[in-house]
Amino acid sequence: MRLLINKIFLGLSILSAGIGLAFLAWILITLFMKGLSSFHFSLFLNDLIEGGLRNLIIGQLILAALASLIGIPLGMTAGIYIQEYGQGKYASLIRDLSDIMMSAPSIVIGAFVYAIIVVPTGGTSGWAGAIALAIMMIPVVINTTDSMLSLVPRELREAGIALGASKYKVIIDIVIKAAKVGIMTGILLAFARIIGETAPLLFTSETSNYFSLNLNESFPSLTVSIYDLANEPEESSRDLAWAASFILTVIVLIINLTGRFITRNKK
Amino acid sequence: MPVMNIKKFSFTYPGVDHPSLKSITLPIKKNKITALIGPSGCGKSTLLRSMNRIHDLYPGNKYDGKIELLDLDTGKYQNILEIKKENEFIELRQKVGMIFQKPTPFPMSIFDNVAYGLKIAGIKNKSELKDRVENALKGSALWKEVHDRLDKSAMGLSGGQQQRLCIARAVAVKPEVLLFDEPTSALDPISTGAIEELIVELKKDVSIAIVTHNMQQASRISDYTAFMYLGDLIEYDKTENIFLNPKEKQTEDYITGRFG
Repeated sequence: MRLLINKIFLGLSILSAGIGLAFLAWILITLFMKGLSSFHFSLFLNDLIEGGLRNLIIGQLILAALASLIGIPLGMTAGIYIQEYGQGKYASLIRDLSDIMMSAPSIVIGAFVYAIIVVPTGGTSGWAGAIALAIMMIPVVINTTDSMLSLVPRELREAGIALGASKYKVIIDIVIKAAKVGIMTGILLAFARIIGETAPLLFTSETSNYFSLNLNESFPSLTVSIYDLANEPEESSRDLAWAASFILTVIVLIINLTGRFITRNKK
Repeated sequence: MPVMNIKKFSFTYPGVDHPSLKSITLPIKKNKITALIGPSGCGKSTLLRSMNRIHDLYPGNKYDGKIELLDLDTGKYQNILEIKKENEFIELRQKVGMIFQKPTPFPMSIFDNVAYGLKIAGIKNKSELKDRVENALKGSALWKEVHDRLDKSAMGLSGGQQQRLCIARAVAVKPEVLLFDEPTSALDPISTGAIEELIVELKKDVSIAIVTHNMQQASRISDYTAFMYLGDLIEYDKTENIFLNPKEKQTEDYITGRFG
Protein backbone atom coordinates (compact mmCIF):
# COMPACT_ATOMS: atom_id res chain seq x y z
CA MET A 1 0.00 0.00 0.00
CA ARG A 2 2.75 2.38 0.97
CA LEU A 3 4.62 1.46 -2.19
CA LEU A 4 1.53 2.24 -4.23
CA ILE A 5 1.13 5.68 -2.66
CA ASN A 6 4.79 6.26 -3.27
CA LYS A 7 4.38 5.42 -6.94
CA ILE A 8 1.27 7.57 -7.35
CA PHE A 9 3.01 10.50 -5.73
CA LEU A 10 6.10 10.08 -7.90
CA GLY A 11 3.90 9.86 -10.98
CA LEU A 12 2.04 13.05 -10.07
CA SER A 13 5.31 14.89 -9.43
CA ILE A 14 6.73 13.85 -12.77
CA LEU A 15 3.50 14.80 -14.50
CA SER A 16 3.35 18.31 -13.04
CA ALA A 17 7.05 18.89 -13.67
CA GLY A 18 6.45 17.73 -17.24
CA ILE A 19 3.53 20.15 -17.71
CA GLY A 20 5.64 23.04 -16.43
CA LEU A 21 8.55 22.18 -18.67
CA ALA A 22 6.29 21.66 -21.67
CA PHE A 23 4.92 25.18 -21.36
CA LEU A 24 8.41 26.60 -21.01
CA ALA A 25 9.54 24.71 -24.10
CA TRP A 26 6.44 25.87 -25.96
CA ILE A 27 7.15 29.51 -25.10
CA LEU A 28 10.78 29.25 -26.12
CA ILE A 29 10.02 27.40 -29.36
CA THR A 30 7.33 29.90 -30.40
CA LEU A 31 9.61 32.77 -29.49
CA PHE A 32 12.56 31.39 -31.40
CA MET A 33 10.53 30.44 -34.47
CA LYS A 34 8.60 33.70 -34.72
CA GLY A 35 11.56 35.76 -33.58
CA LEU A 36 14.08 34.16 -35.89
CA SER A 37 11.80 34.42 -38.92
CA SER A 38 11.57 38.20 -38.50
CA PHE A 39 15.14 38.57 -37.27
CA HIS A 40 17.59 40.31 -39.50
CA PHE A 41 21.00 41.73 -38.76
CA SER A 42 19.93 45.16 -40.05
CA LEU A 43 17.70 45.44 -36.95
CA PHE A 44 20.87 46.31 -35.05
CA LEU A 45 21.79 49.08 -37.48
CA ASN A 46 18.53 50.98 -37.82
CA ASP A 47 16.42 52.82 -35.29
CA LEU A 48 12.75 52.08 -34.76
CA ILE A 49 11.70 54.96 -36.99
CA GLU A 50 13.57 53.21 -39.81
CA GLY A 51 12.11 49.81 -38.92
CA GLY A 52 15.03 48.67 -36.76
CA LEU A 53 15.66 48.16 -33.05
CA ARG A 54 19.07 49.79 -32.52
CA ASN A 55 17.89 52.76 -30.46
CA LEU A 56 15.65 50.53 -28.33
CA ILE A 57 18.36 48.01 -27.46
CA ILE A 58 20.87 50.74 -26.59
CA GLY A 59 18.20 52.67 -24.65
CA GLN A 60 17.18 49.61 -22.63
CA LEU A 61 20.81 48.84 -21.79
CA ILE A 62 21.42 52.44 -20.72
CA LEU A 63 18.33 52.45 -18.50
CA ALA A 64 19.34 49.18 -16.85
CA ALA A 65 22.96 50.28 -16.45
CA LEU A 66 21.92 53.58 -14.90
CA ALA A 67 19.52 51.77 -12.57
CA SER A 68 22.42 49.51 -11.52
CA LEU A 69 24.61 52.52 -10.90
CA ILE A 70 21.98 53.81 -8.46
CA GLY A 71 20.72 50.49 -7.13
CA ILE A 72 23.92 48.50 -6.54
CA PRO A 73 25.72 50.93 -4.19
CA LEU A 74 22.53 51.66 -2.25
CA GLY A 75 21.52 48.02 -2.03
CA MET A 76 24.98 46.82 -1.11
CA THR A 77 25.52 49.38 1.64
CA ALA A 78 22.10 48.60 3.07
CA GLY A 79 22.87 44.87 2.93
CA ILE A 80 26.21 45.43 4.64
CA TYR A 81 24.51 47.50 7.31
CA ILE A 82 21.91 44.84 8.05
CA GLN A 83 24.38 41.98 8.23
CA GLU A 84 27.45 43.61 9.77
CA TYR A 85 26.28 46.56 11.84
CA GLY A 86 22.55 46.33 12.38
CA GLN A 87 21.37 44.83 15.60
CA GLY A 88 17.97 43.77 16.70
CA LYS A 89 14.93 45.76 15.68
CA TYR A 90 16.34 48.20 13.12
CA ALA A 91 18.09 45.63 11.01
CA SER A 92 15.18 43.22 10.98
CA LEU A 93 12.80 46.08 10.14
CA ILE A 94 14.89 46.99 7.11
CA ARG A 95 15.17 43.33 6.16
CA ASP A 96 11.39 42.90 6.34
CA LEU A 97 10.71 46.10 4.41
CA SER A 98 13.14 45.03 1.74
CA ASP A 99 11.44 41.63 1.48
CA ILE A 100 8.08 43.34 1.10
CA MET A 101 9.50 45.67 -1.54
CA MET A 102 10.85 42.70 -3.43
CA SER A 103 7.35 41.34 -3.87
CA ALA A 104 5.79 44.73 -4.69
CA PRO A 105 4.07 44.57 -8.10
CA SER A 106 6.25 46.32 -10.66
CA ILE A 107 3.34 48.35 -12.02
CA VAL A 108 2.89 49.85 -8.55
CA ILE A 109 6.50 50.95 -8.54
CA GLY A 110 5.97 52.46 -11.99
CA ALA A 111 2.93 54.34 -10.73
CA PHE A 112 4.84 55.51 -7.65
CA VAL A 113 7.69 56.96 -9.72
CA TYR A 114 5.11 58.50 -12.04
CA ALA A 115 3.59 60.30 -9.07
CA ILE A 116 6.82 61.48 -7.47
CA ILE A 117 8.95 62.26 -10.53
CA VAL A 118 7.04 62.32 -13.80
CA VAL A 119 4.21 64.54 -12.54
CA PRO A 120 6.42 67.14 -10.78
CA THR A 121 8.94 67.29 -13.62
CA GLY A 122 6.20 67.62 -16.18
CA GLY A 123 6.91 64.62 -18.37
CA THR A 124 8.31 61.16 -18.86
CA SER A 125 12.07 60.90 -18.88
CA GLY A 126 14.95 58.46 -18.96
CA TRP A 127 15.79 59.43 -15.38
CA ALA A 128 12.34 58.46 -14.15
CA GLY A 129 12.64 55.10 -15.90
CA ALA A 130 16.09 54.42 -14.47
CA ILE A 131 14.93 55.31 -10.97
CA ALA A 132 11.92 53.02 -11.27
CA LEU A 133 14.21 50.17 -12.31
CA ALA A 134 16.63 51.04 -9.50
CA ILE A 135 13.77 50.74 -6.99
CA MET A 136 13.05 47.30 -8.41
CA MET A 137 16.69 46.36 -8.06
CA ILE A 138 17.54 47.67 -4.57
CA PRO A 139 15.67 45.04 -2.51
CA VAL A 140 17.15 42.23 -4.59
CA VAL A 141 20.67 43.57 -4.05
CA ILE A 142 20.00 44.09 -0.32
CA ASN A 143 18.77 40.53 -0.02
CA THR A 144 21.70 39.04 -1.95
CA THR A 145 24.33 41.05 -0.07
CA ASP A 146 22.72 40.26 3.26
CA SER A 147 22.51 36.53 2.67
CA MET A 148 25.92 36.18 1.01
CA LEU A 149 27.63 38.04 3.85
CA SER A 150 25.83 35.82 6.34
CA LEU A 151 27.58 32.82 4.77
CA VAL A 152 31.04 34.22 5.57
CA PRO A 153 32.23 32.32 8.64
CA ARG A 154 32.39 34.25 11.89
CA GLU A 155 35.98 33.06 12.42
CA LEU A 156 37.14 34.96 9.34
CA ARG A 157 35.90 38.23 10.81
CA GLU A 158 37.45 37.36 14.16
CA ALA A 159 40.77 36.52 12.50
CA GLY A 160 40.83 39.98 10.94
CA ILE A 161 39.97 41.66 14.23
CA ALA A 162 42.58 39.50 16.01
CA LEU A 163 45.24 40.99 13.71
CA GLY A 164 44.33 44.47 14.86
CA ALA A 165 42.14 45.45 11.92
CA SER A 166 39.19 47.69 12.64
CA LYS A 167 35.72 46.47 11.85
CA TYR A 168 35.23 48.47 8.67
CA LYS A 169 38.61 47.28 7.35
CA VAL A 170 37.71 43.68 8.04
CA ILE A 171 34.44 44.16 6.17
CA ILE A 172 36.05 45.84 3.16
CA ASP A 173 39.26 43.79 2.93
CA ILE A 174 38.06 40.37 3.98
CA VAL A 175 34.33 39.81 4.34
CA ILE A 176 33.23 41.38 1.06
CA LYS A 177 36.06 39.66 -0.79
CA ALA A 178 35.00 36.33 0.63
CA ALA A 179 31.41 36.93 -0.47
CA LYS A 180 32.34 38.58 -3.77
CA VAL A 181 31.30 35.80 -6.13
CA GLY A 182 27.91 35.33 -4.52
CA ILE A 183 27.18 39.03 -4.46
CA MET A 184 28.27 39.45 -8.08
CA THR A 185 26.04 36.59 -9.17
CA GLY A 186 23.11 38.05 -7.29
CA ILE A 187 23.66 41.45 -8.84
CA LEU A 188 23.87 39.92 -12.30
CA LEU A 189 20.57 38.11 -11.75
CA ALA A 190 19.01 41.34 -10.48
CA PHE A 191 20.28 43.07 -13.61
CA ALA A 192 18.82 40.31 -15.78
CA ARG A 193 15.54 40.82 -14.04
CA ILE A 194 15.26 44.59 -14.44
CA ILE A 195 16.44 44.61 -18.04
CA GLY A 196 13.32 42.69 -19.02
CA GLU A 197 10.85 44.84 -17.06
CA THR A 198 8.07 46.71 -18.85
CA ALA A 199 5.66 47.86 -16.20
CA PRO A 200 8.01 50.20 -14.28
CA LEU A 201 8.93 51.93 -17.57
CA LEU A 202 5.46 52.20 -19.03
CA PHE A 203 4.64 55.58 -17.48
CA THR A 204 8.13 56.68 -16.53
CA SER A 205 10.55 56.55 -19.45
CA GLU A 206 7.93 55.56 -21.99
CA THR A 207 9.75 54.90 -25.23
CA SER A 208 10.92 56.72 -28.29
CA ASN A 209 11.19 55.96 -31.99
CA TYR A 210 14.44 57.84 -32.24
CA PHE A 211 17.92 57.37 -31.00
CA SER A 212 18.46 59.45 -27.86
CA LEU A 213 20.98 59.92 -25.09
CA ASN A 214 19.01 62.73 -23.47
CA LEU A 215 17.73 61.37 -20.17
CA ASN A 216 15.48 64.39 -19.64
CA GLU A 217 13.01 63.29 -22.28
CA SER A 218 11.12 60.12 -23.17
CA PHE A 219 13.73 57.44 -23.61
CA PRO A 220 13.84 54.53 -26.06
CA SER A 221 12.94 51.26 -24.32
CA LEU A 222 12.86 47.83 -25.91
CA THR A 223 10.26 46.40 -23.55
CA VAL A 224 7.82 49.29 -23.78
CA SER A 225 8.17 49.27 -27.56
CA ILE A 226 7.44 45.54 -27.65
CA TYR A 227 4.22 46.32 -25.79
CA ASP A 228 3.38 49.13 -28.24
CA LEU A 229 4.32 47.19 -31.35
CA ALA A 230 2.32 44.16 -30.32
CA ASN A 231 -0.75 46.39 -30.13
CA GLU A 232 -0.31 47.72 -33.66
CA PRO A 233 -2.62 46.40 -36.35
CA GLU A 234 0.10 45.89 -39.00
CA GLU A 235 1.67 42.50 -39.44
CA SER A 236 5.13 44.08 -39.85
CA SER A 237 4.94 45.77 -36.42
CA ARG A 238 4.03 42.52 -34.74
CA ASP A 239 6.87 40.75 -36.51
CA LEU A 240 9.21 43.42 -35.19
CA ALA A 241 7.82 42.84 -31.70
CA TRP A 242 8.63 39.12 -32.04
CA ALA A 243 12.17 39.92 -33.16
CA ALA A 244 12.57 42.34 -30.23
CA SER A 245 11.25 39.73 -27.77
CA PHE A 246 13.70 37.22 -29.20
CA ILE A 247 16.65 39.60 -28.77
CA LEU A 248 15.56 40.51 -25.23
CA THR A 249 15.27 36.85 -24.28
CA VAL A 250 18.72 36.13 -25.65
CA ILE A 251 20.19 39.06 -23.67
CA VAL A 252 18.53 37.89 -20.43
CA LEU A 253 19.58 34.30 -21.11
CA ILE A 254 23.20 35.31 -21.64
CA ILE A 255 23.28 37.32 -18.39
CA ASN A 256 21.66 34.47 -16.47
CA LEU A 257 24.07 31.91 -17.86
CA THR A 258 27.03 34.17 -17.08
CA GLY A 259 25.79 34.37 -13.49
CA ARG A 260 25.54 30.59 -13.27
CA PHE A 261 28.91 30.15 -14.93
CA ILE A 262 30.61 32.40 -12.37
CA THR A 263 29.08 30.47 -9.47
CA ARG A 264 29.96 27.09 -10.94
CA ASN A 265 33.56 28.13 -11.67
CA LYS A 266 33.92 29.19 -8.07
CA LYS A 267 32.93 25.75 -6.88
CA MET B 1 58.01 36.98 35.34
CA PRO B 2 54.68 36.10 33.72
CA VAL B 3 53.87 37.91 30.51
CA MET B 4 50.22 37.80 31.48
CA ASN B 5 48.60 37.74 34.87
CA ILE B 6 44.97 36.80 35.11
CA LYS B 7 43.69 37.89 38.49
CA LYS B 8 40.31 36.98 39.97
CA PHE B 9 38.84 37.18 36.50
CA SER B 10 35.13 36.55 36.08
CA PHE B 11 33.18 36.62 32.86
CA THR B 12 29.46 36.60 32.17
CA TYR B 13 27.87 36.32 28.73
CA PRO B 14 24.94 38.63 27.96
CA GLY B 15 21.53 37.33 28.93
CA VAL B 16 22.96 34.69 31.28
CA ASP B 17 22.71 35.19 35.02
CA HIS B 18 25.53 32.92 36.16
CA PRO B 19 29.16 33.64 35.24
CA SER B 20 30.94 31.39 32.74
CA LEU B 21 34.25 32.04 34.48
CA LYS B 22 34.48 32.39 38.24
CA SER B 23 37.36 34.30 39.72
CA ILE B 24 40.16 32.73 37.70
CA THR B 25 43.74 33.47 38.76
CA LEU B 26 46.39 32.18 36.40
CA PRO B 27 49.79 33.30 35.07
CA ILE B 28 50.91 32.91 31.46
CA LYS B 29 54.66 32.50 31.81
CA LYS B 30 57.15 34.02 29.47
CA ASN B 31 58.45 31.77 26.67
CA LYS B 32 56.47 28.84 28.01
CA ILE B 33 53.48 26.98 26.67
CA THR B 34 50.44 26.98 28.94
CA ALA B 35 47.72 24.50 28.06
CA LEU B 36 44.11 25.05 29.09
CA ILE B 37 42.26 21.74 29.33
CA GLY B 38 38.87 20.62 30.56
CA PRO B 39 35.58 19.21 29.29
CA SER B 40 33.36 21.14 26.88
CA GLY B 41 31.70 24.13 28.51
CA CYS B 42 34.37 24.47 31.20
CA GLY B 43 35.20 28.00 30.02
CA LYS B 44 38.68 27.41 28.58
CA SER B 45 37.87 29.01 25.23
CA THR B 46 36.04 31.84 26.95
CA LEU B 47 39.16 32.52 29.00
CA LEU B 48 41.42 32.41 25.95
CA ARG B 49 39.13 34.73 24.02
CA SER B 50 39.27 37.22 26.88
CA MET B 51 43.05 37.50 26.62
CA ASN B 52 42.84 39.52 23.41
CA ARG B 53 39.31 40.73 24.09
CA ILE B 54 38.00 39.29 20.85
CA HIS B 55 34.78 38.81 22.85
CA ASP B 56 34.21 42.53 22.50
CA LEU B 57 33.03 41.98 18.93
CA TYR B 58 29.79 40.92 20.54
CA PRO B 59 28.44 43.47 23.00
CA GLY B 60 27.00 42.91 26.44
CA ASN B 61 29.66 40.78 28.14
CA LYS B 62 30.45 41.49 31.77
CA TYR B 63 33.98 41.35 33.15
CA ASP B 64 35.34 41.44 36.62
CA GLY B 65 38.89 41.24 37.97
CA LYS B 66 42.02 41.91 35.97
CA ILE B 67 43.98 40.60 33.03
CA GLU B 68 47.40 42.21 33.10
CA LEU B 69 49.68 42.19 30.08
CA LEU B 70 53.40 42.87 30.47
CA ASP B 71 54.87 45.50 28.20
CA LEU B 72 58.22 43.95 27.29
CA ASP B 73 59.77 47.34 26.55
CA THR B 74 58.83 49.17 29.73
CA GLY B 75 58.46 46.18 32.07
CA LYS B 76 55.10 47.51 33.25
CA TYR B 77 51.77 45.71 33.40
CA GLN B 78 48.63 47.05 31.79
CA ASN B 79 45.14 45.84 32.68
CA ILE B 80 43.71 45.01 29.26
CA LEU B 81 40.15 44.99 30.61
CA GLU B 82 40.38 48.77 30.89
CA ILE B 83 41.04 49.24 27.19
CA LYS B 84 38.39 51.34 25.52
CA LYS B 85 40.00 53.20 22.62
CA GLU B 86 40.24 51.77 19.12
CA ASN B 87 44.01 52.37 18.83
CA GLU B 88 44.63 50.62 22.15
CA PHE B 89 42.69 47.61 20.89
CA ILE B 90 44.82 47.54 17.75
CA GLU B 91 47.94 47.66 19.91
CA LEU B 92 46.62 44.88 22.18
CA ARG B 93 45.86 42.61 19.25
CA GLN B 94 49.28 43.18 17.79
CA LYS B 95 50.80 42.12 21.10
CA VAL B 96 48.44 39.18 21.58
CA GLY B 97 47.85 37.15 18.41
CA MET B 98 45.29 34.41 17.91
CA ILE B 99 45.03 31.19 15.89
CA PHE B 100 41.61 29.64 15.45
CA GLN B 101 40.31 26.12 15.35
CA LYS B 102 39.49 26.19 11.66
CA PRO B 103 42.18 27.71 9.45
CA THR B 104 41.10 31.21 8.47
CA PRO B 105 43.06 32.21 5.38
CA PHE B 106 41.82 35.51 3.95
CA PRO B 107 40.58 35.42 0.35
CA MET B 108 43.76 36.97 -1.04
CA SER B 109 47.27 35.90 -2.04
CA ILE B 110 49.62 34.06 0.31
CA PHE B 111 51.86 37.12 0.47
CA ASP B 112 48.98 39.50 1.21
CA ASN B 113 47.73 37.18 3.95
CA VAL B 114 50.99 37.36 5.84
CA ALA B 115 51.44 41.06 5.08
CA TYR B 116 47.93 41.93 6.28
CA GLY B 117 48.75 42.53 9.94
CA LEU B 118 51.99 44.30 9.00
CA LYS B 119 50.15 46.74 6.77
CA ILE B 120 47.68 47.44 9.56
CA ALA B 121 50.63 48.09 11.85
CA GLY B 122 51.61 50.80 9.39
CA ILE B 123 54.51 49.15 7.58
CA LYS B 124 54.46 50.41 4.01
CA ASN B 125 58.04 49.95 2.85
CA LYS B 126 57.93 47.21 0.19
CA SER B 127 61.29 45.63 0.92
CA GLU B 128 60.62 45.57 4.64
CA LEU B 129 57.26 43.92 3.99
CA LYS B 130 58.95 41.35 1.78
CA ASP B 131 61.56 40.54 4.42
CA ARG B 132 59.05 40.28 7.23
CA VAL B 133 56.75 38.04 5.18
CA GLU B 134 59.64 35.80 4.20
CA ASN B 135 60.87 35.53 7.79
CA ALA B 136 57.39 34.79 9.09
CA LEU B 137 56.88 32.05 6.49
CA LYS B 138 60.31 30.57 7.28
CA GLY B 139 59.48 30.73 10.98
CA SER B 140 56.28 28.80 10.29
CA ALA B 141 57.99 26.12 8.22
CA LEU B 142 55.97 27.08 5.18
CA TRP B 143 58.53 28.97 3.10
CA LYS B 144 59.85 25.94 1.20
CA GLU B 145 56.37 24.93 0.14
CA VAL B 146 55.11 28.33 -0.98
CA HIS B 147 58.10 30.52 -1.90
CA ASP B 148 57.45 30.11 -5.63
CA ARG B 149 53.74 30.89 -5.43
CA LEU B 150 53.42 33.77 -3.01
CA ASP B 151 51.10 35.60 -5.38
CA LYS B 152 48.71 32.65 -5.62
CA SER B 153 45.49 32.53 -3.59
CA ALA B 154 45.85 31.19 -0.08
CA MET B 155 42.60 29.29 -0.55
CA GLY B 156 44.46 26.75 -2.69
CA LEU B 157 46.63 25.53 0.19
CA SER B 158 45.87 22.35 2.12
CA GLY B 159 44.26 22.59 5.56
CA GLY B 160 47.55 22.09 7.38
CA GLN B 161 49.32 24.62 5.18
CA GLN B 162 46.50 27.10 5.71
CA GLN B 163 46.86 26.73 9.46
CA ARG B 164 50.63 27.31 9.24
CA LEU B 165 49.90 30.34 7.07
CA CYS B 166 47.63 31.68 9.81
CA ILE B 167 50.45 31.14 12.29
CA ALA B 168 52.86 32.96 9.95
CA ARG B 169 50.35 35.79 9.68
CA ALA B 170 50.14 36.06 13.46
CA VAL B 171 53.91 35.72 13.96
CA ALA B 172 54.70 38.37 11.33
CA VAL B 173 53.62 41.24 13.59
CA LYS B 174 55.97 39.95 16.34
CA PRO B 175 53.45 39.43 19.13
CA GLU B 176 54.38 38.83 22.76
CA VAL B 177 51.70 36.22 23.28
CA LEU B 178 50.04 33.80 20.89
CA LEU B 179 46.67 32.28 21.72
CA PHE B 180 45.82 28.96 20.08
CA ASP B 181 42.17 27.90 20.17
CA GLU B 182 42.23 24.15 19.45
CA PRO B 183 44.50 24.76 16.45
CA THR B 184 44.74 21.14 15.30
CA SER B 185 41.26 19.75 15.91
CA ALA B 186 40.34 20.25 12.23
CA LEU B 187 43.56 18.68 10.92
CA ASP B 188 44.88 15.21 10.08
CA PRO B 189 47.56 13.60 12.30
CA ILE B 190 50.50 14.53 10.06
CA SER B 191 49.51 18.20 9.85
CA THR B 192 48.84 18.11 13.58
CA GLY B 193 52.40 16.87 14.19
CA ALA B 194 53.81 19.69 12.05
CA ILE B 195 51.80 22.31 13.92
CA GLU B 196 52.80 20.91 17.31
CA GLU B 197 56.48 21.02 16.36
CA LEU B 198 56.01 24.55 15.18
CA ILE B 199 54.32 25.66 18.40
CA VAL B 200 57.21 24.25 20.45
CA GLU B 201 59.66 26.01 18.13
CA LEU B 202 57.80 29.30 18.50
CA LYS B 203 58.13 29.52 22.27
CA LYS B 204 61.69 30.79 21.82
CA ASP B 205 60.16 34.07 20.71
CA VAL B 206 56.66 34.21 22.15
CA SER B 207 54.67 33.08 25.14
CA ILE B 208 51.88 30.69 24.28
CA ALA B 209 48.48 29.76 25.65
CA ILE B 210 46.71 26.87 23.98
CA VAL B 211 43.24 25.47 24.44
CA THR B 212 43.08 21.81 23.56
CA HIS B 213 40.64 18.93 23.83
CA ASN B 214 43.47 16.54 23.24
CA MET B 215 45.17 15.61 26.49
CA GLN B 216 48.06 13.88 24.74
CA GLN B 217 48.69 17.11 22.92
CA ALA B 218 48.74 19.07 26.17
CA SER B 219 51.17 16.60 27.73
CA ARG B 220 53.38 16.53 24.61
CA ILE B 221 53.89 20.23 24.09
CA SER B 222 52.98 22.27 27.13
CA ASP B 223 55.14 23.34 30.07
CA TYR B 224 52.23 24.29 32.32
CA THR B 225 48.69 23.02 32.35
CA ALA B 226 45.54 24.51 33.79
CA PHE B 227 42.58 22.19 34.31
CA MET B 228 39.23 23.93 34.29
CA TYR B 229 35.78 22.65 35.11
CA LEU B 230 32.42 24.45 34.98
CA GLY B 231 33.99 27.90 35.02
CA ASP B 232 36.42 27.21 37.83
CA LEU B 233 40.16 26.74 37.63
CA ILE B 234 40.56 23.43 39.46
CA GLU B 235 44.30 23.00 39.23
CA TYR B 236 47.29 24.72 37.69
CA ASP B 237 50.78 23.28 37.78
CA LYS B 238 53.72 22.11 35.72
CA THR B 239 52.38 19.80 33.04
CA GLU B 240 54.22 16.74 34.35
CA ASN B 241 52.71 17.24 37.80
CA ILE B 242 49.20 17.58 36.39
CA PHE B 243 49.51 14.42 34.38
CA LEU B 244 51.61 12.27 36.69
CA ASN B 245 50.72 13.56 40.09
CA PRO B 246 47.52 15.61 40.16
CA LYS B 247 46.54 17.03 43.52
CA GLU B 248 42.82 17.28 42.88
CA LYS B 249 40.56 14.28 42.44
CA GLN B 250 38.63 15.99 39.58
CA THR B 251 41.84 16.53 37.65
CA GLU B 252 42.81 12.92 38.07
CA ASP B 253 39.36 11.73 36.98
CA TYR B 254 39.52 13.90 33.87
CA ILE B 255 43.02 13.02 32.72
CA THR B 256 42.44 9.32 33.31
CA GLY B 257 39.33 9.57 31.15
CA ARG B 258 36.75 8.89 33.82
CA PHE B 259 34.69 11.86 32.62
CA GLY B 260 34.90 14.63 30.07
